[in-house]
Amino acid sequence: MDPALTPRFDHQIIAGLIEPNSRVLDLGCGNGELLALLTKEKSIKGTGIEINEKAIYHCMEKGLTVSHADIDSGLVDYSNKRFDYVILNESLQEVLNPDKVIIEALRVGKEVIVGIPNFCHIRARWQIFLQGRVPVTKELPYQWYNTPNLRFLSLKDFHHFCQIKGITIEKKIALSNHHRIIHFKPNLFAHTGIYLLSKNV
Amino acid sequence: MNTSSSPSVDLPSVGTVEAQYFTCCEPANELVLKSGLKLGPITLAYETYGQLNEDKSNAILICHTLTSDAHAAGFHPGDKKPGWWEGMIGPGKAFDTNKYFVLSSNVLGSCKGSTGPASINPSTNKPYGLSLPFITIEDMVAAQKKLADHLGIRKFFSIAGGSMGGLQALIWAVHYPEAIHSAILIATNYRHTAQQIALHEVGRQAIMSDSDWQNGDYYGKTIPAKGLALARMIGHITYMSDKSMDEKFGRKLIGKEKLGYDFSHDFEVENYLKYRASNFVQRFDANSYLYISKALDYFDLAEDGELTDKFKKTLAHFLVISFTSDWLYPSYQSKELVRALKANDLDVSDCEINSTYGHDAFLVEIESQSKLVKHFLNRLQKEKSHGPSPNPSI
Repeated sequence: MDPALTPRFDHQIIAGLIEPNSRVLDLGCGNGELLALLTKEKSIKGTGIEINEKAIYHCMEKGLTVSHADIDSGLVDYSNKRFDYVILNESLQEVLNPDKVIIEALRVGKEVIVGIPNFCHIRARWQIFLQGRVPVTKELPYQWYNTPNLRFLSLKDFHHFCQIKGITIEKKIALSNHHRIIHFKPNLFAHTGIYLLSKNV
Repeated sequence: MNTSSSPSVDLPSVGTVEAQYFTCCEPANELVLKSGLKLGPITLAYETYGQLNEDKSNAILICHTLTSDAHAAGFHPGDKKPGWWEGMIGPGKAFDTNKYFVLSSNVLGSCKGSTGPASINPSTNKPYGLSLPFITIEDMVAAQKKLADHLGIRKFFSIAGGSMGGLQALIWAVHYPEAIHSAILIATNYRHTAQQIALHEVGRQAIMSDSDWQNGDYYGKTIPAKGLALARMIGHITYMSDKSMDEKFGRKLIGKEKLGYDFSHDFEVENYLKYRASNFVQRFDANSYLYISKALDYFDLAEDGELTDKFKKTLAHFLVISFTSDWLYPSYQSKELVRALKANDLDVSDCEINSTYGHDAFLVEIESQSKLVKHFLNRLQKEKSHGPSPNPSI
């Protein structure tokens, strides 16, 4: 993954949303950097789910609890509200059934933190409008034939999704990849959206 | 199982080791087996590596497979071949003997120093043969518990095993929750499936149809070598994978340039099986093979209910490892186990290691297993030294 797409800034913003000593499940935890950060700074009890075998070794090395599974099927085993937070950072766009995964995440977690790349950033729109090409940017570096992303959405699309699913957006933070929080027209200028979600079950 | 292909490991060995013996359950205090029958006295052969610390909190129990023994690491005096898990146990290795006291015991029912069908029945002064009561995995673990009590180990820091060893570790976690801090379950299962039973049954039939078997009463006479060799050949095939066999042997011919058009050995794989089997009959008792394979087939943790209900009292932390090419204990079975553990809010890490070695992978894939085991144990040790976790159930 392009390091510019997931600067530690993301992780710090997420850490800021999390209460100390809470129980956290990170879906698609990768090498476990975020969980390690949260363990260190927030004394959380963390569990990761990750599909990549090599990443599992990195997570174990960091002293994390990690399960080798895919996100789409990895949640069914957990009891209701088992976790204080379920995190889906930069992974939702790669799952097969994002709607089911979010609903499941809201079942096993009291709150859900979602981080999504904004596919309607101005640079992407510019490429579609002027060049007539599917956008390839620094933040979305893949070609149509090799992208791991199955879902392409904007921040607005995500707000709409939450609305129709009855999901409450407790907090939303839009970020640029220059470590800045974007307040002005985030759907145009933000590269990433981070959301704190809840749902009354 | 095949230990010959273990990769050489640069780390040092525990060196020269010797088997020790522990006897318990003398008459009047016999062990009540799962079947309701009683057995005693019981002897267990065991080996230890590393030093037990003062509060006896650094003990790790290693549990072995169907045909293995207590000799997991180091060298017996005069031997050139090390124990069966040499790559995993020793100074600086996954089970680090600089930190941990590693105990490895031979199971009840075996022929490698512990009480089994070849042992002398003190009431008749003859080998038990088939008069030995049936042994189950639970009985093997109950005997291990006696050994642990004898050594003053009230709680194992970890109990680890592959294949049948994993089943033993699982029983510890379920039956003796206070006596186990963590379990490492490798290439294992929670119940023997129809395919596993069927494969064992072919082996048992091979032994029992050997005219030398004599209903198990062959001690001091000719052993049922043909039957046992056949059982071992079948077993060996199940421990490998399509790919590992093809890579190792392909269609290579043995001692000839062309096919012989007769029923002598043409292929290297035929010769290999014969060689492994003839080695095996020298070192293993046919009746033990029957008893232990049946113990495996009887194993079903969910026999009287839902698997998830079995872990209600379990406290252990878990590491579950499986291998992509293992068709004897396929990964999906480990994953079912992981799901049941998660459903009980237990702390469980799991990894499916990409390997072509089939079931034997747990003896061969030392590097990847070591990474997982070492870091798992390091984490638990760190958590322990920082006091009990505020929320031990996760």
